[in-house]
Amino acid sequence: MSSNWIEACAADAIEQEDVIRFDHGGRTFAIYRSAEDDYFATDGLCTHEQVHLADGLVMDDIIECPMHNGRFNYRTGEAKGAPVCVNLQTYPVKVEAGKVLVQLD
Amino acid sequence: MPGGMAIVGAGQCGARAALTLREHGYDGSVTLIGDELHLPYERPPLSKDVMVSEAEPVPRFVADRQVFADRSIQYLTGTRAIAIDPAARSIRLTDDRTLPYDKLLLATGAAPRRLPLPAADGSRCAYLRTYDDALRIRGAIGAGAHVAILGGGFIGLELAASVRKRGARVTVIETLPRILTRGVPEEIARIIDARHRSEGVDLACGKAVAALRDAAGGVEVVLTDGSVIIADLLLISIGAVPVAGLAEEAGLAIENGIAVDAHLRTSDPDIYAAGDCCSFPLAIYGGRRVRLECWRNAQDQGTLAARNMLGAGESASSVPWLWTDQYELRLQIAGLPDEGKRLVRRDLQDGAFILFHLADDGRLVAASGLGTGNAVAKDVRVAEMLIARRAKPDPAALARPETKLKSLLAA
Repeated sequence: MSSNWIEACAADAIEQEDVIRFDHGGRTFAIYRSAEDDYFATDGLCTHEQVHLADGLVMDDIIECPMHNGRFNYRTGEAKGAPVCVNLQTYPVKVEAGKVLVQLD
Repeated sequence: MPGGMAIVGAGQCGARAALTLREHGYDGSVTLIGDELHLPYERPPLSKDVMVSEAEPVPRFVADRQVFADRSIQYLTGTRAIAIDPAARSIRLTDDRTLPYDKLLLATGAAPRRLPLPAADGSRCAYLRTYDDALRIRGAIGAGAHVAILGGGFIGLELAASVRKRGARVTVIETLPRILTRGVPEEIARIIDARHRSEGVDLACGKAVAALRDAAGGVEVVLTDGSVIIADLLLISIGAVPVAGLAEEAGLAIENGIAVDAHLRTSDPDIYAAGDCCSFPLAIYGGRRVRLECWRNAQDQGTLAARNMLGAGESASSVPWLWTDQYELRLQIAGLPDEGKRLVRRDLQDGAFILFHLADDGRLVAASGLGTGNAVAKDVRVAEMLIARRAKPDPAALARPETKLKSLLAA
């Protein structure tokens, strides 16, 4: 496993229970902040049709695709039913000195 | 002999219903009957991506062949149901087969409204509904062509944007005084109108087609003001009509399509209908009967009908929701704007904004958001939840961008 932690954003750049887009190395990711101030990261595009999840709504542990309402648990990446059936890739996240760091392998 | 589940119509709605039956553990036979030769596919890209993609387009399938095979869903292509025998609980198919059913779902969709002129059936006129229609149109809208589009609704205008992207000249003819009269606030229609004109689209509103004639290498469109447009192709996008003939001949109740109750059941308790082909009562609008022609409704009702065929007994409760993409602009509408009496505007970043439609009693009944890409998506989604809760949010809070809409959900 690599120890390649990438700085994604400032911790306070994301509102509580919300998500932002983070592009790195030609790929796009979604970085989440839960209502309890825990941080998470997943691939940025919905697995149903290439739509940026960061434009979707976060409610509790769920990110919902803005176009077709595909729902995923952003903590685990689990797809929650039609139209999405493929889980999202998740990535380890830590917060250090007010920065959100993501481990992209 | 148990008949299993039969689904007539293999679009988004019918295919979703078939898959849902299996997701809920139904283990009897499931037969999905489609009149096209493709696997079930999604229609929204037909007027957009399929028209403009540089690569050879491919349909966006609801699920691939293996998924249907793995779930033992019998998918009949190129097949139509030609009669229902409700007493015997069977349907007759075009291949002369008789298929028994325990429950039947009609997901027959809608068909383009035809222009009642003989020349409209000519080779220089086209309607868009199927993937094959889209491929044919795609082949005729290259640079240098002049394409006339009859109808300034969602499909006509999406086609106009696609045709411009391909480099052809476009004239849009709309009978009413402005585009998008059905369900789109004038404030938003004006912006979309201006956006089309800035792309060089010739928008002729308040004019109808008086006559159509074949012309040398094209079609001659004579308008009611006497002007004549000569185009290589006339795209006729004047709305859609529900496909309800099969239901009507079987004696099912018809009212703006196949009439169903809140559980999507027709006047025959063993027959359901869902998607574009049916009208249903919406409880959040006092039981107002509506028929919706959009992706979300097809998806939601396909799911709901399948659950109810298995005895769930659930009512349709989704808030109507649709989107349209033209150029970089995306319009999303949640709810039924014509239920509103006053508008409250909320400005977002980069020129995006949302109009909230409030009823006389202050209830939020719809939200129309316009912006680039998904700029309005989160807020329209929250609005949808507020509409579902029949909320009466403070208009000042709606208008103030600093107020998080989500905070209004807690109220």
